[in-house]
Amino acid sequence: MQTFSVKDFFYSWIILFVVWLGFTATLDIYEVLTGLLVSLVIAYYTYKNYSHKGLNILMPNKIFYTLKYLLVFLRALVVANFDVARRVVSPKLPINPGIVKFESQLQSDFAKMVLANSITLTPGTLTVDMVENTFYIHWIDVTTTDPGEAFTAIAKDFEEILIKIFDK
Amino acid sequence: MMEILSIIGYIFLSVGAVFLLLGGLGIFRMPDYYTRVQAGTKASTLGAMSTIIGVAFLQPDWAVKLLVILVFIAFTNPLSSHVLARATYKMGQKPLSKENIDAYEEVDHSTSRKPVTNKTTK
Repeated sequence: MQTFSVKDFFYSWIILFVVWLGFTATLDIYEVLTGLLVSLVIAYYTYKNYSHKGLNILMPNKIFYTLKYLLVFLRALVVANFDVARRVVSPKLPINPGIVKFESQLQSDFAKMVLANSITLTPGTLTVDMVENTFYIHWIDVTTTDPGEAFTAIAKDFEEILIKIFDK
Repeated sequence: MMEILSIIGYIFLSVGAVFLLLGGLGIFRMPDYYTRVQAGTKASTLGAMSTIIGVAFLQPDWAVKLLVILVFIAFTNPLSSHVLARATYKMGQKPLSKENIDAYEEVDHSTSRKPVTNKTTK
């Protein structure tokens, strides 16, 4: 049995409470008190499943990198969306689909999950599977089959920041 | 002030509608299963997000709840398209590719290609 981790517990409590505030969308005193109580109870029973890092993830520099990641990701999302939209409306349908692979340096499972989801959310690339550290990506316009170059084209920007957030 | 918010909201809504339309067109035009998953689930991500942001501008009271919906879309959307693609590959459907680019072939799929039997859960 794992020992009680105060950091993990408080992290779960804060996150659950923020979600409660988002759902109720009010600062009425009774609502807030109920939220504190309910999220306390839920956090007590579930904190082990929520976090492996605890409050460390709320350090200022990690929050800074998280915001930076969101910006980089949003930019990639918009650019790729326009790219795929252009391919869809183009009469010749200029696509060259295929599945490529690359290796990732990320260590923690959560970081790999975020990377895989980011790649999938970016149109044009779709994470088909992940075996150990090898990602298999369905790419709508394959420009290279070399794992190193594919990594640079698809995941390099994301991974540089993810390493700073999760693997330190 | 409210008018400016409405105009911004309608711009976001229009952009979202255009991208959702393109997503639908993509499903219609793409040649094989995987490219259709790409077009259907993801040309629409920006569409759905833009639509929700537009609604947030038109109804500022709902903004926080809409933000939560946005986060849930960001988490569930890639998961579903990944699972669809992976399951289809495991069932034996090869991706269409002009130059046979298929790195995923090297993985051992032998355990997963057995026909699915309905096991009774106890």
